[in-house]
Amino acid sequence: MVQERVMEKLAILADATKYDVSCSSGQSTRKNKNKGLGDTGGGICHAFTEDGRCVSLLKILLTNHCIFDCAYCVSRKSNDIKRVAFTVQEVVDLTIGFYRRNYIEGLFLSSGIFDNADYTMERLVRIVKKLRLEENFNGYIHLKAIPGASEELLKEAGLYADRLSVNVEMPTEQSLKLLAPDKNHKDVIKPMEYLKNEIIDYQEEKKSNYKTPLFAPAGQSTQMVIGATKENDMEILGMANYFYEQMKMRRVYYSGYVPISHDNRLPAIGTPVPMIRENRLYQADWLIRYYGFNVNEIVGFDQPNLDLDIDPKLGWALRNLHQFPVDINTADLELIQRIPGIGFLSAKKIVRRKKFQKITARRFKEIRNCLQPIEVFLGFFFAFLYAKRPNFCSNKKSDFEFAKQ
Amino acid sequence: MTQIVYDGSYEGWLTAVFEIYEYKLKGIVFAKEEISNTLLFSNSHFVTTNGEKANRVLNDLQQRLSHHGFNNIYFAFLSELEKIEEILFRFVEYAFASPINIEGDLSRIEVSNVKKAAHLTGKESHRMKAFVRFKLTKDNLYYAIVDPDCDVLPIIEQHFKNRYSDQRWLIYDSKRKYGIYYDLENVSTVEMQFESNASSSFLAEINDENEEFFQNLWRNYFCSVNIESRKNTKLHIKHMPKRYWKNLTEKIPNLNKR
Ligand code: SF4
Repeated sequence: MVQERVMEKLAILADATKYDVSCSSGQSTRKNKNKGLGDTGGGICHAFTEDGRCVSLLKILLTNHCIFDCAYCVSRKSNDIKRVAFTVQEVVDLTIGFYRRNYIEGLFLSSGIFDNADYTMERLVRIVKKLRLEENFNGYIHLKAIPGASEELLKEAGLYADRLSVNVEMPTEQSLKLLAPDKNHKDVIKPMEYLKNEIIDYQEEKKSNYKTPLFAPAGQSTQMVIGATKENDMEILGMANYFYEQMKMRRVYYSGYVPISHDNRLPAIGTPVPMIRENRLYQADWLIRYYGFNVNEIVGFDQPNLDLDIDPKLGWALRNLHQFPVDINTADLELIQRIPGIGFLSAKKIVRRKKFQKITARRFKEIRNCLQPIEVFLGFFFAFLYAKRPNFCSNKKSDFEFAKQ
Repeated sequence: MTQIVYDGSYEGWLTAVFEIYEYKLKGIVFAKEEISNTLLFSNSHFVTTNGEKANRVLNDLQQRLSHHGFNNIYFAFLSELEKIEEILFRFVEYAFASPINIEGDLSRIEVSNVKKAAHLTGKESHRMKAFVRFKLTKDNLYYAIVDPDCDVLPIIEQHFKNRYSDQRWLIYDSKRKYGIYYDLENVSTVEMQFESNASSSFLAEINDENEEFFQNLWRNYFCSVNIESRKNTKLHIKHMPKRYWKNLTEKIPNLNKR
């Protein structure tokens, strides 16, 4: 590698992806075989940026050249920036060099569009193939599929990558049209659909024939930019719900828009990043995926946006006080999970325990391992009201006598 | 009071437990060999590590505890918390005295203390899997220096063996002055002096010619993924406690350039 050049490219091409939030490694099942390099499984965060996000993957663009002109993107054609591109071999060497030093769990590779979708996609595929076949690399690989890429290339990508994603970027078709005039909603949805079907087919086949190769074992995901356009949380979560239900997505990521240009279609530079909103959306997303909530219970026409002051579960509870207090000794898992302050792990523990003994206040505290009041939602004590959003579990550390932290 | 002097190993401690019962020793205090010179106690019992005795204690414990509870004893031992030998002995004593499995009885301090200590080791071993940073030498050895509070090398060995099965590596614990070394076949424990603050010219001497380049790449990468407007130092330190920084490539300023 010509070191100076690579150093410069890395700075530019890593910088361009930093607003992409899908940085974590999803659950995959690739094992180290024949004394190769690496495995995927636990998903380890190797470092944490100064803003507190975890770094587990080498997240880069193959290139920031792009023939498109999406207003929200640094790589857009009309932006006057320095253009660079990695070679296939450079990306391979970087990934392996970083992985062997235990800096990363794998690679997250995205790209601007060089010439056309297939030309770009073909290079991405060459990189994954080289990593898997020549380097015998079993670490995690997340590949961004280029909208409009052909099915043959998507199929190859799926055979070597752990996760694939096609970003919708905008929560609605209108917004996409407004900000990404060259992009087509269809070009995003079509590959998603194709990948969904392939993933299901391979899984089915794997059941009857264990020799069936892996196909995107960590599934597919997508990302939406939040706060660049006018959509409300109901539209955003509705879209997410569509991806979970219709596209069988593993994850939908929400990325608070960081203003980067003076384009008057977009929030002006200096507009704060909607971080709390982003966080609330993730919380709501969890409620839908893990707690059995329906989108309509979290946001509705009468209240299309999430409350920024309280988390969505507490918000739901306050709107549904008639369901409380809950007696956890008679309630089922579904309902226990819905009590603010009880996570689904604690809820499961409670249900398991209930088989043996009545849950008293003391036992309850043992299970939850923190003493903050959520009694208002339970049947133990007299109800009392919150003044503010309770800070759950803040005392965890102090009851830990000899923690060395 | 009886001072039980043992060699500081897990096996040694298990032997000691056996002998406490064997000789019906009372009012015990544990001491590791090297610090026992100060003979504050008139009564000292010297333990010679004995595999057979250790195994008998282990077998007995295995029958009284779940797999998880059994492992917790080892994890707690590795925490190296002050007085952990006594804390563990009280736990074992309770386990032996009770006809039923006691590990869920968290109302007893004997039990909860062990659980907390084990948790500490578990947490740190998890972090070590993340925070080991290998450097490559001229003769193709990937080496890393760590300095954990708990003695975690024995429990992270398998993880690294699985993951890096095609490269030779050494992880060296600079606090305890020993390392684990993988030679492409097996992992062995090696004792050695390893100068952790060796001069940069010495490191340049032993390191592969690309090593510094990769370290700088990683440092630059780490800087360029940061979003300045979202800076959150408290969160950063919570995830990456300062005590680990001295061995984290990305946290060591590049001395040569810039
Ligand atoms: S196609 Fe992708 S890289 Fe190109 S401008 Fe749009 S978002 Fe940016």
